[in-house]
Amino acid sequence: MSDSTRRQVAGRGIPVPGNDIDTDRIIPARFLKTVTNEGLGLHAFEDARKHDPEHPFNQKAYEGAAVLVGGMNFGCGSSREHAPESLKQWGIKAIVAGSFAEIFFGNCTMLGIPCLSISQDDVLWLQRAVGRDPKQAVTVDVERQEVRVGDRVIPARIADGARNQLVSGAWNATGVLLDAGTAIEATAGRLPYVKGF
Amino acid sequence: MASTLLDKVWDVHTVRTLPSGQTQLLIGLHLIHEVTSPQAFQALHELKLPVRMPGRTFATLDHIIPTTAQQRPFADEVAEEMAVHMIRNAQGSGVTLFGLDSGRQGIVHVIGPELGLTQPGMTIACGDSHTATHGAVGAIAFGIGTSQVRDVLATQCLAMAKPKLRQVRVDGALSKGVYAKDVILAIIRTLGVNGGVGYAYEYAGAVVDRMTMEERLTLCNMSIEGGARSGYVNPDQTTFDYLRGRQYAPQGAAFDRAVTWWKGMASDASASYDDVKRLDGNAIPPMVTWGINPGQSVGVGERIPSPESAPEPERPTYREGLAHMGFTAGQSIAGAKIDVVFIGSCTNSRISDLRVAAAVAKGNRVAKGVRAIVVPGSQLVAKEAEAEGLHEVFREAGFEWRNAGCSMCLGMNDDKLKGREMSASTSNRNFIGRQGSPTGRTLLMSPAMAVAAALNGAVTDVREMLK
Repeated sequence: MSDSTRRQVAGRGIPVPGNDIDTDRIIPARFLKTVTNEGLGLHAFEDARKHDPEHPFNQKAYEGAAVLVGGMNFGCGSSREHAPESLKQWGIKAIVAGSFAEIFFGNCTMLGIPCLSISQDDVLWLQRAVGRDPKQAVTVDVERQEVRVGDRVIPARIADGARNQLVSGAWNATGVLLDAGTAIEATAGRLPYVKGF
Repeated sequence: MASTLLDKVWDVHTVRTLPSGQTQLLIGLHLIHEVTSPQAFQALHELKLPVRMPGRTFATLDHIIPTTAQQRPFADEVAEEMAVHMIRNAQGSGVTLFGLDSGRQGIVHVIGPELGLTQPGMTIACGDSHTATHGAVGAIAFGIGTSQVRDVLATQCLAMAKPKLRQVRVDGALSKGVYAKDVILAIIRTLGVNGGVGYAYEYAGAVVDRMTMEERLTLCNMSIEGGARSGYVNPDQTTFDYLRGRQYAPQGAAFDRAVTWWKGMASDASASYDDVKRLDGNAIPPMVTWGINPGQSVGVGERIPSPESAPEPERPTYREGLAHMGFTAGQSIAGAKIDVVFIGSCTNSRISDLRVAAAVAKGNRVAKGVRAIVVPGSQLVAKEAEAEGLHEVFREAGFEWRNAGCSMCLGMNDDKLKGREMSASTSNRNFIGRQGSPTGRTLLMSPAMAVAAALNGAVTDVREMLK
């Protein structure tokens, strides 16, 4: 399906400074007390925003932003998919950071949110550039693995598997996994702990 | 060619290579709970797909259940609704649920090994980042998000890239008063909270070889805190002795055949690794975190480091940690005042943890003004502890003895910090807000150290009490 492909994502940026931003910070556990994903976007960075009136998610200048720019080890901690889901509902369509925690990276990919890594120097440069001019477009090019702002082209990286999934639009894995058909049962049937020791 | 446990487990569970280049990996054991599964069942319902292999998924209730009054319906209406969904989803799909009336309910990472569901050579997934715990028996186990829970329910498979493998060797021997919790905190401090990204960790060395299974569970539990999605210990006699006789373990002659297969799944002696790191077990002291991630820790005899002592990129997090905790660089961590003590969580709530804690608590009193709770990891752990009289030891010392659940590790029930309370906690995360109060503060440590903190109302070197 062509509308699920994520070759490139463009939009205004929003910087989230600091390293090791964990998923408890992105969405505190009390908002996980739900059986649906409804309204999660309202609680993105809720406690951090209350604590710090200057938090980027509080600033009018960044309303409508689509590209989050984070530091090292972004999304560490809990596997809660509620974290990327809340960012997605808030409006985030791609994340660029120094590096990503693995489960968070996988969860974002499953939601069609590309996560691209750039160097720490480039993170600081990009966060400043976005801060100076929140209205300018940031283009996250998944296919070419680069981030473009004005005339600056920043080299970026994304794991091959995730990149292929996003570019082809096959990031929702259920369908492709089902395509294996009875090979699934055949593999299970060869395992001694499934067939019985 | 010599291969590792990771190689062997990956190979036998590979269904095929996907167009993306990832592996379609069969998941041998899928564990679910009430927080990260309802949306997955809903998605399945919308896709009109059944649970593909209901016999390979097991459910429990752990994150939201109260640890005090457990009569249904729960006083907390949302908690009740989540429990109802879990029960209904399990019943509707043929998945076994260890509910409150089963006698087997508990924290998902405690009951898996305890019931013998968790076995060597398996692939194990659960919608919880501490799934690496199960690697202690020699399985490849990792945390997943809710979309992947949906995929496992629908296909018993995941699309995965094979991680690199780092062997983490802890040689030598641990001193008295130093436990598996201290070892993993030392590993995370040394290798960093993101040092393991892209890797699985194979824990090895004399210290790990000598560990009991429950100590290995504590060790593997916090792999994700070091960035590694999985961590494991090769199966050995300790593993087999632990599993023998457990409810879901193979029985009789089948057990002996299983041992033969399990032994064959262990890493070959001449296997090579992408990386090897070494720690000296003799040099590890009781550890305490001082900051806002599990890598920000010191030995109990050390002073809190200054941001300037850290590499430049880490300094802002150091400053943020000091500010949140209200600590000053150069201050000793020993003596830090404690308001709350939590003994529990998938890291440290097993019977051996409670025995160590009770031995330190016995005949002593929790300091005035300190609120201290002990939350066993499962109903079976609670039963065993009560049979040994540990609950009485705790109560007499001034601890509350609760029912099984995740409790104050993440504060999704009533067990929360209030305001800026400082907690000495045997759990796994000291993130800002983690224990239920946005301004609450958490010091991670071993069960023995947490009891010592409870008795003294301040961080104390438990080795002085064990003399």
